[in-house]
Amino acid sequence: MAQETMNETVVFQRPDALLPVVTNYCPGCAHGIVNRLVAEVMDDMDIEGKTIGVAPVGCSVLSYDFFGCDMIEAAHGRAPAVATGVKRVLPDQVVFAYQGDGDLASIGMAETVHAATRGENITIIFINNAIYGMTGGQMAPTSLPNQVTQTSPYGRDSQTAGYPIRVCELLSTLDGVAYLERVTVDTPKHVRAAKKAIRHAFDNQIQGVGYSLVEVVSTCPTNWKMTPQESFAWMRENMLPYYPLGIYKDVQAEGFANAAEAALARAKDCPMVEKVLKEGM
Amino acid sequence: MTEKTLMKGNEAIAEAALRAGCRHFFGYPITPQTELAAYMSKQMPRIGGTYLQAESEIAAVNMLYGASAAGARAMTSSSSPGISLKTEGISYMAGADLPAVIVNVQRGGPGLGSIQPSQSDYFQATRAMGHGDFYLPVLAPSTVQEMADLTYAAFDMADEYRTPVVILADGLLGQMMEPVIMPEKRDLSTLPAKPWATTGHGHGRAHNIANSLHLDPQKLCEENQERFQRYEVIKGKEVRVETYLTDDADIVVAAFGAAARIVRSAVNAAREKGIRAGLFRPITLWPYPAEALSSLGAEAFLTVEFNMGQMVEDVRLAVNGAAPVSFFGKCGGVIPTPDEVLQQIEQIAEGLGE
Repeated sequence: MAQETMNETVVFQRPDALLPVVTNYCPGCAHGIVNRLVAEVMDDMDIEGKTIGVAPVGCSVLSYDFFGCDMIEAAHGRAPAVATGVKRVLPDQVVFAYQGDGDLASIGMAETVHAATRGENITIIFINNAIYGMTGGQMAPTSLPNQVTQTSPYGRDSQTAGYPIRVCELLSTLDGVAYLERVTVDTPKHVRAAKKAIRHAFDNQIQGVGYSLVEVVSTCPTNWKMTPQESFAWMRENMLPYYPLGIYKDVQAEGFANAAEAALARAKDCPMVEKVLKEGM
Repeated sequence: MTEKTLMKGNEAIAEAALRAGCRHFFGYPITPQTELAAYMSKQMPRIGGTYLQAESEIAAVNMLYGASAAGARAMTSSSSPGISLKTEGISYMAGADLPAVIVNVQRGGPGLGSIQPSQSDYFQATRAMGHGDFYLPVLAPSTVQEMADLTYAAFDMADEYRTPVVILADGLLGQMMEPVIMPEKRDLSTLPAKPWATTGHGHGRAHNIANSLHLDPQKLCEENQERFQRYEVIKGKEVRVETYLTDDADIVVAAFGAAARIVRSAVNAAREKGIRAGLFRPITLWPYPAEALSSLGAEAFLTVEFNMGQMVEDVRLAVNGAAPVSFFGKCGGVIPTPDEVLQQIEQIAEGLGE
């Protein structure tokens, strides 16, 4: 998309799918990077005009003002249900939800698990920064053991507050899921890998492969009370060992056309499912 | 189809919704609305529609939110405890000005209550279908025919005023069978355009946003004020009421839904005894037909409900002290009999010196 004007060459500019507005994100927050990656993917695939995004409660709730595609603001945790409703009405359009950890893995866990197990052909972008950002830094479902937050001031006590949820690992057991990958955006190399994963998650939807989720291990400099650089260092040191990067499920890489085929193969010894195989899909 | 068919009330709602152009239904099992969802699950796949059994009432109502934002005619149904769960999503739909039809086939409460018919969600339906400053049109059928007709009308009202519309039925109406003439199938190409819907802008317009968040208090205030101006239009155009023998009535008995059927029998019995009684039956519970009620020159009013006294507050507001207003009700799924209502009418008549 480089434009030549006089003797200047534009080599980097705002993606078309990202509107020219000031965001509400704190300085150093990785939301800006991930918003940009989603918009770049929409540009690259030329799908902004046929995409509907869902922005539920959290720091990214105002992203309906940032993304150029049609947008829906959803109640806390309900984005997968709202996205389901949209996709059932408009199966040929592209539908994505952009959710944080409190939204996706706490208040919205039922919606998350069931949209996944139904194999909704939607794309979920999941930002995991181990804290509630918008409300001022409370303990999240993904806060690490001993992590100090506003509501775990002595550190998250696993004996009373339980353990963090590893979302990709949890969802990987569900037959409806086509693709799960955990990425981060701390280095240019990781940013490129994250974009590739997001692209794959959108490609899957267009090809009808099935439910795809990309978890972005992220930071919250403001509520972690660190500089952006310190935040990424803390994330690499503490979060990545707990939340290892990588692909947790990819039915295409396993040789299946889509999640439905993979699910059938997995249950091939079940007579009820075998009946479906014999009768043809 | 102009011929009469014998149908359950719950099924009549479902069939009328399909005929109104509803192609997306999101539900969760609960008694006594069961037949409605079952009907949808059978019919929707045959006509290319969606029947989706959600993981919860909360998910179902948010699927409804998404389907409505995407421009579809869509519906959910439940019964009292399930409606409580839906109120979060209903509030968001009201705030985002999204049309939808929500059916409550009421059962006794509070809590898990009973599975028997009740009218104890009147306050919830007319005052508080979620947090925030809003009302929803509430339609209260009294027959299986009205279950069909009001559901059909509710979809048009929802689209016209961009608001969820509530059908407030009960387990009695849902389970009973009566002959019904179904409304004509709506030609889907005649459904109103929805230029506000989030369908993908196709680079042909600015991006649409379905949203209820306004961090600027002035903006939120203006949004609410605009919505209340719309409510005034609804109050002017959509009030529905049935009156029966009220013209010369000394005693007017107000009742809605299934309770009005019992009151009608009691009114007839009172007339046979020479007591000039009449029935006032609001069909819209919001907006309430207050003017129609206050214009009746009755000497006394009685309100009969399947609850501990909820609509009676609207009756008192409408009558505004001009005549005494009393209440008779049974709750928890217990249904008052026509004889019991007649006794109440007779007592009032004695007090009036007849």
